[in-house]
Amino acid sequence: MEKKKHSYIGGIAHGLKTLCVGLKVTFIEFFTKKVTEEYPDNRDTLVLADRFRGTLDMPLDEAGESKCIACGLCENACPNGTIHVESEMVTDEETGKKKKRLVSYRYDLGSCMFCQLCVNVCPTKAIRFTTQFEHAVFDRSKLVKTLNKPGGK
Amino acid sequence: MFDFSVVTNWVHDWLMSLMPAGLAVFVECVLIGLGVLVLYAVIAMMMIFMERKVCGAFQCRLGPNRVGPWGVFQLFADVIKMLIKEIIAIRHSDRFLYNLAPYVVILGSILAFACIPFNKGVEVLDFNVGIFFFMAASSIGIVGILLAGWSSNNKYSLIGAMRSGAQMISYELSVGLSILTIVVLTDTMQFSEIVERQADGWFIFKGHIPALIAFVVYLIAGNAEVNRGPFDLPEAESELTAGYHTEYSGMHFGLFYVAEFVNLFIVASIAATVFLGGWMPLHVPGWDGFNQAMDYIPGFIWFFAKAFFVVWLLMWIKWTFPRLRIDQILHLEWKILVPIGLANLLLMTVCVVFGWHF
Repeated sequence: MEKKKHSYIGGIAHGLKTLCVGLKVTFIEFFTKKVTEEYPDNRDTLVLADRFRGTLDMPLDEAGESKCIACGLCENACPNGTIHVESEMVTDEETGKKKKRLVSYRYDLGSCMFCQLCVNVCPTKAIRFTTQFEHAVFDRSKLVKTLNKPGGK
Repeated sequence: MFDFSVVTNWVHDWLMSLMPAGLAVFVECVLIGLGVLVLYAVIAMMMIFMERKVCGAFQCRLGPNRVGPWGVFQLFADVIKMLIKEIIAIRHSDRFLYNLAPYVVILGSILAFACIPFNKGVEVLDFNVGIFFFMAASSIGIVGILLAGWSSNNKYSLIGAMRSGAQMISYELSVGLSILTIVVLTDTMQFSEIVERQADGWFIFKGHIPALIAFVVYLIAGNAEVNRGPFDLPEAESELTAGYHTEYSGMHFGLFYVAEFVNLFIVASIAATVFLGGWMPLHVPGWDGFNQAMDYIPGFIWFFAKAFFVVWLLMWIKWTFPRLRIDQILHLEWKILVPIGLANLLLMTVCVVFGWHF
């Protein structure tokens, strides 16, 4: 934008006008609702964005089974080695076909950097990020979580 | 209208009946001094609290609200912290001047503070050249700031103090010119007289256009005079750490801090006194019932309401505009405000001569 040259009086008038614009903005701001979140007090009413990446989660159905097929793509995609998928080979009794089965899905929250590569790469949408963000614990070992239910798929 | 001189006369008579006249006057002086200091401290704390809340509101925040109701006890915690902090002596500083500087600043501030008429009968320093005395006393503070910057043996402090000197000396001119405009209208320099003359309308209404221009010029120059944003470059955090009080700690820093906030109140209350009628209630000539109803509100409530309103205006300005550069500040003063002030003084004189005011 080209800078306009003002005369002496015109410059003063222009300056006053622009100052008033600024004052108007802050005056409106003075009376608007404040954006401060009083966090520990507003736990019940706290609204987080749906896409907020709080912690990795594997939704389980009533039988304690997930959609995970133990393919290990998430483990490979993770830049930090946060995920460890343990699997075993089982033979389906009806069809006689061999199939991979999930034994344990371990997720180390302490080394996760919430890049969401694991969620993006998952072919069955078995894992997702939830908005749960209160991670503080007293021991580092408590940050290592097993996401599937023992005995479940 | 409640007249506070009833109380002071009663105290005076009571003391005279107890002791000889000289001693009674001495005791009265001590009492008044104590009263001024207590009021000074209380107003400093109120100002700091108000600054935090108002600043928060302008930035769309809540401000302090965890300690006590609305966060009022945060203030006391901060005061106690400031009182018990260690005062660190800088090794290569000029020890005497370094320790003297905060007291010079606070002395100028308290002298100016004592000039303010709070209520009918509460005028500590009130004589025929009150405005001159006020301006002289409020200029003492600049000596303290220069001393602080020089004696700290720190280049940031020195630059801050030098900027402050250039700025405060320049803006004193505009403050003087805009007050002089009102002095032309009133033909008195005594604060109590100035307030009495506004019984039939405040000067901002009586003096109309020139008084309004003088009020705006006074607000801008007054803001610069107390080194507050957008004119806070003597203590620009981002470039000079803290300017002239970089090397101060504990209560020495506290004195600078308190003086800064009370100076803001002083500037605002002088604006309230000279332009908005001080403790004088809102009177409209002819509306006798209305005037009488207004008289039921005590003078000090009027005074503090007006003063804090002006303080709010100054805070609004501070939290809206970005900081000016030193050359822009001097340009604003010498090339814009001083010519406007001089022309305005002439305009007011013409108005007074031809009787174009109310």
